[in-house]
Amino acid sequence: MSGASVIVIGAGVTGLSSAWWLARSGVDVLVIDKGIVGWEASGRNGGGASHYHSPLFHEEQKLWPQMDELLGYTTEYRRERVIFATTEHHLENYRRMAEICRGLGYRVDDLDPAQVRSFVPLAGDNVTGGIHLRFGGQANPQRTVQAYAWALQDLGGRVFQHTPALRIVTAGGRVSGVETPRGVLGCDHLVVAAGPQAEALLAPIGLRLPLAPARAEMIVTEPAPLMPVGGADGNGLYGRQTLRGNLAYGGGPHEWLDVDALGPRRRPSTPILRNLAKRVAELLPRGAHLRVIRSWAGVVENTPDGRPVLDRIADPGNLTVATMSGVGFGLSPATGHAVRDLVIDGRCSFADLGKLTLARFKDTPADWRERQGWLPTTHEQALAAMAP
Amino acid sequence: MSATRGFDRISQAGKVPAPDERTQILVVGGGPAGAAAAIEAAKAGGSVMLVDENPVGVGLMALDTPLYFGGRFTNAVQTQARMVEQILASSPLLEAAFEAGVDVRLGTYVWGAFTPGWGLASLPESLAGLADEERAWMVGFNRLILATGARDVAFAFRGWDQPGVMGARAFEALTSRYDAFSGRRLVILGTGELAIETARAALSRGLLVEAVVDVADAFQGDPSAAAELAAAGVEILLGHVPVSAPSGLEGIEGLTLSDHATGATRTLPCDTIIEAISLTPVIELLDVLGGAIAPAPRLGGHAPVTSDGTATSLPNIFIAGDVAGAPGGASMGEEAAIASGRRAAQAVLASLGHEVRPEVSTVVESDFDALAYQMAWARALMSDPDVVICQCEEVSRAALTEVRPPGYLGPPSPAQAKRDLASLLEDGPANQDQIKRLTRACMGPCQARRCREQVALTLACASNVAPADVPLAGYRAPVRPLPLNVLADWDESPEIARHWDVWMGIPGQWTPYDDIGTEREALSAGILGEGGHA
Ligand SMILES: Cc1cc2nc3c(=O)[nH]c(=O)nc-3n(C[C@H](O)[C@H](O)[C@H](O)COP(=O)(O)OP(=O)(O)OC[C@H]3O[C@@H](n4cnc5c(N)ncnc54)[C@H](O)[C@@H]3O)c2cc1C
Repeated sequence: MSGASVIVIGAGVTGLSSAWWLARSGVDVLVIDKGIVGWEASGRNGGGASHYHSPLFHEEQKLWPQMDELLGYTTEYRRERVIFATTEHHLENYRRMAEICRGLGYRVDDLDPAQVRSFVPLAGDNVTGGIHLRFGGQANPQRTVQAYAWALQDLGGRVFQHTPALRIVTAGGRVSGVETPRGVLGCDHLVVAAGPQAEALLAPIGLRLPLAPARAEMIVTEPAPLMPVGGADGNGLYGRQTLRGNLAYGGGPHEWLDVDALGPRRRPSTPILRNLAKRVAELLPRGAHLRVIRSWAGVVENTPDGRPVLDRIADPGNLTVATMSGVGFGLSPATGHAVRDLVIDGRCSFADLGKLTLARFKDTPADWRERQGWLPTTHEQALAAMAP
Repeated sequence: MSATRGFDRISQAGKVPAPDERTQILVVGGGPAGAAAAIEAAKAGGSVMLVDENPVGVGLMALDTPLYFGGRFTNAVQTQARMVEQILASSPLLEAAFEAGVDVRLGTYVWGAFTPGWGLASLPESLAGLADEERAWMVGFNRLILATGARDVAFAFRGWDQPGVMGARAFEALTSRYDAFSGRRLVILGTGELAIETARAALSRGLLVEAVVDVADAFQGDPSAAAELAAAGVEILLGHVPVSAPSGLEGIEGLTLSDHATGATRTLPCDTIIEAISLTPVIELLDVLGGAIAPAPRLGGHAPVTSDGTATSLPNIFIAGDVAGAPGGASMGEEAAIASGRRAAQAVLASLGHEVRPEVSTVVESDFDALAYQMAWARALMSDPDVVICQCEEVSRAALTEVRPPGYLGPPSPAQAKRDLASLLEDGPANQDQIKRLTRACMGPCQARRCREQVALTLACASNVAPADVPLAGYRAPVRPLPLNVLADWDESPEIARHWDVWMGIPGQWTPYDDIGTEREALSAGILGEGGHA
């Protein structure tokens, strides 16, 4: 079975955006996924896109307002963000965050409680203040995933769903293809954007990408009337009001998992959804009567320092790795651009990615997950660890 | 644990608080199966809690939750105390459960259930989430018996969103358990076992049954039942497809049918249309728990995977009654449900080490393919593509099969306009969860109770596959739509509050890129604690 010039493993936002960018440059590209597009983290996240700590930040901010037009499909992107506090402690944190963003050249306004309520009418009398990011924003992850996939296909790229990569095939020190149940698919360059499974895919070819998967969960309410700013969060939550009006929020404790080569076995949500409900009701007291209609969880991979790996590997020289941890949705337009540059030009044209290489983990001890406490932990183990 | 093992205080491990109450055996569902199970278990001396959501709050009834009530309830349902009395009076088994020492909770929703396992190592024990109209709380259990029954599969035609169109199960609940049914003159859709029982029940209550209607050309139930209904003055209309239900201020006033052989239409006067086509097992809690579920065409749709009708794929979770499968799309009946409940209790008791002599199983079987029958209805109704099949999100059949983005997004882009179900099918079989996300069908406050099955059936029709081949769209907690301030944990444990983080609390994750590796790194890590809100 024939492959493509570039094969991308993983039809999440990272893989799809990379493929779309490559297809825009005329590259023959094929994305394979073990399931359907965006079934993992890419279809289960908060949709936030204001990653001021990332080297891809400026590109993220430049691209999002253009994405609907570039893709030809709507992503439900909504600009701007109001982060507001109900305690002095949180407010202090937000104001410092505002300083960092201003330092990067972006406008952030300080808001008093009345101003917060004018942008976020569901907020209550408990507001202590907030900040208004005149940049950033959020989109609908599920619609965005499909938009990437369709836009890619419109440019002649292909997506094979239900096609797990079983093994990376090498020959003469280079990647020659990917073994799948459909046979070996040949390629000139391989992009691994397989989320938590990237570690297991890379290990057999001698590349070590230390990853610890964790579950994060969110809740969503029935629709409320649209607020002037949909990206309204705080109180320990991230999230947004969707364009339909639903309130979708996440945050709080995660759980460490062991994910095998086939991917997560389940993505359970937990009684923590009650703590999320409490915080949403506190954050938006005028919406406290809204019914919670669903919850969900997604699995996110984490490197030992919690930062992405975005790297064209030296050996084999035709392999690029992109694993985005908790920030991959918002950054995806920029990540795809970076991967395109790495694959075609060997270097990123718009940002320094030197601190996101795989090599930074060469001295990471084998038992790093255990040392960091990033292994699945039972209640009893936790109580023992918490005992004074 | 090795000496070097660290501990992540931000993680969920060690944080899930002890439940507010505990019971050895929790039974969900106070119908005959659940009540019989609870009584049997209590007689053996176990601590048993029996939870039933009836009487359901009026707000949820109006959302057709948990059953397809169709707005045909009287004002009596407003008075919860009266309703509790009514429900007890209508169910001698519940009375008996009280007497057997069962802790019976009425008017209480079970919105979730969680058991330790893969992905949930941090859970200290098996927990169920309960709620009433005011608050939510957690109950720990050793064994859970799901006796959640079966619910109506709804079908859309013009007017089905008006008061007066309802399901057979809801009709049964309103007439027998609530004594609060407001209709008088009925048309019943379906001619199988479920429709026949419904017609008999209506007639015995002195209600007028105008007709039973089927899209099929043959009467689906026992021919003697057809004669019996005809003798009672019920017209039997075969080969007729519902076209619309004209309505006035009080809801629907008739049902217009088209004879699909001749195309002739006629309108039957009625104030209530009861959809008695098929029931489907209420598997939502089992799905939330992660129990195995599989297509079961003869049991009304998807049903729990079970070796003996009581065990599930999860060792501490059991099933009893119609949740195990609605034979031929109808209820297994009171007697069989009671037997099934007793067997489930015996299996639970045996699993807890009690000496029990399990009764011989009397599994009710049917060779009627309920899913094929549902499909026949879905296919007949496909002739009207503009009918809204998801009421909450206002998605029509055509919008579904065209994978049309919702109206609030404005007119589709030129590229979008070329996309439809066919273009998704090029990439793989129809996936209801994927299509939900794009069209919003099934995404509303009724939690897809009115449209989940018909959306799956419509996708099966449009993509020309068997309905069993459309993967089940997942259920998620809370399985009842509960207000934020009811679901909220207002007595949050201090451990959770103290270590709450927006994200995973990984030091340095939000350090501005330029600061990484500089002396400013430590500084920003301090500033950006609690997640950094990226
Ligand atoms: C609850 C939650 C909230 C979040 N909130 C935000 C947010 O607000 N903003 C933000 O930017 N990010 C957020 N994230 C993180 C974001 O979702 C991820 O960073 C992003 O989706 C990563 O995309 P990806 O394509 O790299 O990985 P994934 O989405 O995990 O995609 C990887 C794909 O690879 C496929 N795959 C894996 N192994 C194989 C194999 N062997 N063969 C074939 N295919 C394979 C998988 O099926 C999957 O489709 C959140 C995540 C979660 C879970």
